[in-house]
Amino acid sequence: MIAEFGLAALWLAAALAALQMVAGFLSVRAGEETELAGLIRPAAVVQGVLVSLAFAMLIWLFAVTDLSVKLVAANSHSMKPLVFKIAGAWGNHEGSMLLWVTVMALAGALIALVERRLPERTMQATLAAQGVVSLGFYAFLLFSSNPFERLPTPAAEGMGLNPLLQDLGLAFHPPTLYLGYVGLSVAFSFAVGALLTRQVTPEFSRAMRPWVLGAWIFLTIGITAGSYWAYYELGWGGWWFWDPVENASLMPWLAATALLHSASVLASRDALRVWTIMLGVVAFSMSMVGTFLVRSGILTSVHAFAVDPERGSFILALLAIYIGGALLLFALRASTINEGERFAVASREGALVFNNVMLSAILAIVLLGTLYPLVTEAFDVRVSVGPPYFNPVGAIFTVPMLVVMAIGPLLRWRQDRLDRIRNETALVAALVLAVIVLVSLIAQVSILPLLGLALGIGVGVGSLLPLWGRKLTRVPLATWGMVVAHFGIAVALIGMASESAFSKERLAAVEVGQSTTVGPWTVTLVGVEPVAGPNWTAIEGRMAASYAGGEPTVVDPQARSFWAPPQQTTESALVTRWNGQLYAVIGDRAPDGRWQLRLWWKPFVPLIWLGGLLVALGGMLALIGRVMADLKRREVVHRMASRRAEQEQLA
Amino acid sequence: MSAMKAKHQRLVLVVLALVAIVGAGLLATYALRNQASYFYLPEQMLADPPAVGQAVRLGGMVEPGSLKTDADGVTLRFNVTGNEDSRVPVRFSGIAPDLFVEGSGVVAEGRLEADGTFVADNLLAKHDENYVPKELEGMSQQQAARMAEDTTVGLE
Repeated sequence: MIAEFGLAALWLAAALAALQMVAGFLSVRAGEETELAGLIRPAAVVQGVLVSLAFAMLIWLFAVTDLSVKLVAANSHSMKPLVFKIAGAWGNHEGSMLLWVTVMALAGALIALVERRLPERTMQATLAAQGVVSLGFYAFLLFSSNPFERLPTPAAEGMGLNPLLQDLGLAFHPPTLYLGYVGLSVAFSFAVGALLTRQVTPEFSRAMRPWVLGAWIFLTIGITAGSYWAYYELGWGGWWFWDPVENASLMPWLAATALLHSASVLASRDALRVWTIMLGVVAFSMSMVGTFLVRSGILTSVHAFAVDPERGSFILALLAIYIGGALLLFALRASTINEGERFAVASREGALVFNNVMLSAILAIVLLGTLYPLVTEAFDVRVSVGPPYFNPVGAIFTVPMLVVMAIGPLLRWRQDRLDRIRNETALVAALVLAVIVLVSLIAQVSILPLLGLALGIGVGVGSLLPLWGRKLTRVPLATWGMVVAHFGIAVALIGMASESAFSKERLAAVEVGQSTTVGPWTVTLVGVEPVAGPNWTAIEGRMAASYAGGEPTVVDPQARSFWAPPQQTTESALVTRWNGQLYAVIGDRAPDGRWQLRLWWKPFVPLIWLGGLLVALGGMLALIGRVMADLKRREVVHRMASRRAEQEQLA
Repeated sequence: MSAMKAKHQRLVLVVLALVAIVGAGLLATYALRNQASYFYLPEQMLADPPAVGQAVRLGGMVEPGSLKTDADGVTLRFNVTGNEDSRVPVRFSGIAPDLFVEGSGVVAEGRLEADGTFVADNLLAKHDENYVPKELEGMSQQQAARMAEDTTVGLE
């Protein structure tokens, strides 16, 4: 009954999306207040409620393990801990697509409820565009990925959830990324609405900006968390693999970063109109490409839940319709957008344009590297593309971008002279050179990590300079956001460079009682014991790790075996110090009875994720600053309106 | 100069952006042709071996009975088989991935040595019951059947 209720709610929501689309386009076409126009906002709001209900139903089905539902039987198990039963609701293809439309419908409901800044006609076009996008995803869900499908006879027991996914990270990782993807779909709808009604104005940019910022924050958190998950769960000691699935989240992030900066220029200076619209289309395209790569089964990874060519074609068709349609609209309308305000090369806008172009170039490089294996496969040549491609080629554009990023925020809007900021520039340049010289004197470091360290420190100091000589309590929240986010990039960069420059690795077979060393650490294998969890058994290596002869810390990495489904995972153990992390993994037992240990000492590696979190925090500060400013503006408008009404009454 | 520039600023921006992005595209295409690592099945590697030291991937099944551990306890040696009689010896130092056992599918990343041994830096085994390395599609019937058996463990 619950499943049927959920399905009915989904169908109703799809019908409302169709209504929203038709009513929206008709009203935009009529160009005047029609009766239909009154339906658009309520349709979006009710849709949000209905889809949330459907999603709640699915969670309920998973929580009670209703094995008559195909999806539950295929992905859950009655013996699983409750939290993983619930998280399992979106740990599969159908459930994750339902989560996607839930987030999308809620976003649509939210704009319908609160966004009043734009001309009503632009809002109608925006919501109509949102209706088109949602309708495609409803169709996908209802026709090829129905999460509420029943089994003819209920299964006796569920098949379980991939143990790699039985981790608290799963509860947060997909929703976070989806919030990011969907936020970009809202930005896309705004861009289409603005194009359709020829309203590419600073107001449009201000209305769109919180959505881009929000999407960007979630993508940042999602990427950071995904990277940390891969680091500790996969047991290979790496934190970024240039895996297509990782790239699928990096590409929208790059596009959103560019969009964020160009939307800022449009909002404060009324320049870069066409470019901002273009980036809005590109950013959403990258979300769709990401969804296509991950969900179509074209890639094999822990994310590709099921291989089903029909679904792949469906998403590809959606991708073609949305992106093709948007680009066509763009081509037809771009020439009617007037050129915005002009600016000099040496200005804040100039620096932002430079970084935008560099980000787009990096995006192109990642996209080509990700798609290349898929293209060659069509010609029956199987290749894989990895760090030897991405690192150096990406660096060609990342390095100049970082250089400009260090000093760009110091430039004034519209027109400035580089010699005005020569002291700051000299300071940053001196620091970068000093780090390069010092590090290459004391250690053998290859070129990319060396540049990374130097630029990390340069950007770190440069990012704080905009605060120099200002009264800190008077600095607007949005400026704090920029400073913190840029500083976070620097921190992450130092972590990445340090990890690749100074990591030490030790692989050894060790008897119980013996020791081995890695970097400044001495690790003694104290014992190996079997342990059991709710749905797994494991061997656990007990090790005493001491840093530079100090008090030992006990760490216990495990090699776990799950039985439903049968699979093994490596649970690494970490010791975090202020200056780095010890990473320990236990492997198989050699035939002579010794145990395989793999140890890494990774100096300053936690800075990578700390930096990522700082970037997200910066985004949050900026978002709060913008939203508060908007609320204040609304209050002023409201107060002025009521005062005017009072005066009129008096008169 | 500045008057001309102001007049055509939008055009200049568009051209610059196009140059940068097309440049990135060309650079990427050039680098991809040199840096992509190609995938080999054992029979392909025997018939037409890659240059010694070139980064490639080798995919196949771990031949049952061939898995040995060296005296240091961390070096594994095994054969990867493709169709029946083709096998490539592989050496790997490290902790084998989850679910790496004899008879399972594997993709080894590494390079061929002069003596014909494939030295793997990394082994990719299947992560879970739904995961079959893409590269292993199109293997022989017998192996496909074995793979199918593998992938349906736990299903009645």
